[in-house]
Amino acid sequence: MSARQDRRDKFASRAVQIGFIVGLLTFWYLGTAYWGISPLLLPNPVKVWHELKDVLGSGEYLPDLQITLTELAVAFSISCTSGVTLGYLISRSQYLIKVFEPLLAGVYSVPIILFLPLYVLFFGLGPGSKIAIGTTISFFPIVLNTIAGFGYVDKIFITAARSMGASDVQMFRYVLLPAALPVILTGLRIGFTVALLSILGSETIASLAGLGHKIVHLAEAMETARMFAYIAFAVVIAAFLNTVVSSLERKARRR
Amino acid sequence: MTAGETAVRVKDVSHEFGEPGDAQFVRALQHTSLDIARGELLCLIGPSGCGKSTLLNMIGGLMTPTTGTVEVGSTVVRGPLPRDIAFVFQENALFPWCSVMENVKLGMVFQGVPKSEQEDRARKSLEAVGLKDFMGHYPAQLSGGMRQRAALARALSLETSILLMDEPFGALDEQTRMILGEDLSVLLSRAGKTIVFVTHSLGEAVFLADRVAVFSARPGTIKEIIHVDEPHPRKPNFVTTEKFSQLRNMLYGLLHDEIRKAVEQSAIVGPQS
Repeated sequence: MSARQDRRDKFASRAVQIGFIVGLLTFWYLGTAYWGISPLLLPNPVKVWHELKDVLGSGEYLPDLQITLTELAVAFSISCTSGVTLGYLISRSQYLIKVFEPLLAGVYSVPIILFLPLYVLFFGLGPGSKIAIGTTISFFPIVLNTIAGFGYVDKIFITAARSMGASDVQMFRYVLLPAALPVILTGLRIGFTVALLSILGSETIASLAGLGHKIVHLAEAMETARMFAYIAFAVVIAAFLNTVVSSLERKARRR
Repeated sequence: MTAGETAVRVKDVSHEFGEPGDAQFVRALQHTSLDIARGELLCLIGPSGCGKSTLLNMIGGLMTPTTGTVEVGSTVVRGPLPRDIAFVFQENALFPWCSVMENVKLGMVFQGVPKSEQEDRARKSLEAVGLKDFMGHYPAQLSGGMRQRAALARALSLETSILLMDEPFGALDEQTRMILGEDLSVLLSRAGKTIVFVTHSLGEAVFLADRVAVFSARPGTIKEIIHVDEPHPRKPNFVTTEKFSQLRNMLYGLLHDEIRKAVEQSAIVGPQS
């Protein structure tokens, strides 16, 4: 009985969610087609759809997408390796945790995007500054979660393994790593999301290429419909990547 | 294995936490000596904070005495001795990311048992504690009593001659405890191991032990040792006998003043400690 109740609840909430989106699209359409909203501010959804088909069909998006994804890949690999390594090393000593955890958490709460002008000065307008900002921003959640993961493993597990004769390597492989993994994976997922966000964002502020750059460029040329098409494209890409990362996280957790 | 041979020798052992003069300085155990015979089951009982768990951890090599020595066989204990000593802890010390079977096997991996023997030994010890049908379950899917059975299976599979149990049933309800105690008595009478068992429960101590060491309040030391002269495995109706009540009452008398003292100590230190 409760299973059926559950299913009905789930169906109802899905219906509300879909209804909300359909309503929004309807208002968008009515507003632009009949209520006289300027197409410069809000283009007609049908026009946006045609532009999107054109963008996808022509393959025009490819160079920009490639740049954005490369920036993301480089930034995320640097912050992953450095964040997990440093986090592990810090977690080995209670003293280091006491010193560095508040320090890193403090820096994490600073709006790092404010360093973008400085990074542009250091690394130029190209991908270098985007990689730098993406790395910096995603480094903190990764390192902090790695410290939390490795640093706060329940003592009883370590004591039990030690009493059974676990070597240092075995302790890491069979106790520390599996105990810490869920927390570290959460850090990696958050790091990935903020890296993508900050790279797209910084491309819209100062850049030579990339999806964010393209969107600003179209806005300045007043091609609002095409800009909307690119925004929709970027949203789909981001949603897809985040879904992939989340499902990888869930899969690794279940093991 | 001759009877009366000494398995563990505790020689004038003391343990202190922190340095004298510190706010947190605690003298947990002082000048305690004790011989544990091969094959006997010794219960340690006493008020909270009397150092009975500390003594157990020092025997197992998880803590180092401030003064004095512990010898297992003819070697002085300086660290864990996984080939001679296995532990069952009070808290749930099973790894939650491993199934029951994997938990038992992992202990043998740590101890260095050849891979070919692991499966067989794990299966046997899990059958012995009655978890044959739960090998694939994860600890979170088991009740508290079953988790402690699994922890016991892990310790048994290591095939050590000594088993140290630190309030293994402490977190369980009275009835589960009683059943586990009965099963343990049967199981251990077959195994022929030397066992040191820390408990808070008077009944549990009398039911399981060959000897019960009663600790005084902090700084703890052994106040008296009581013999329970009853063959193993103990019958469930042992608890209804006159002998059981007499021993239990004797323990109660010995412990009562010490527990009062311990409570008064903690009242001076503060309500939460």
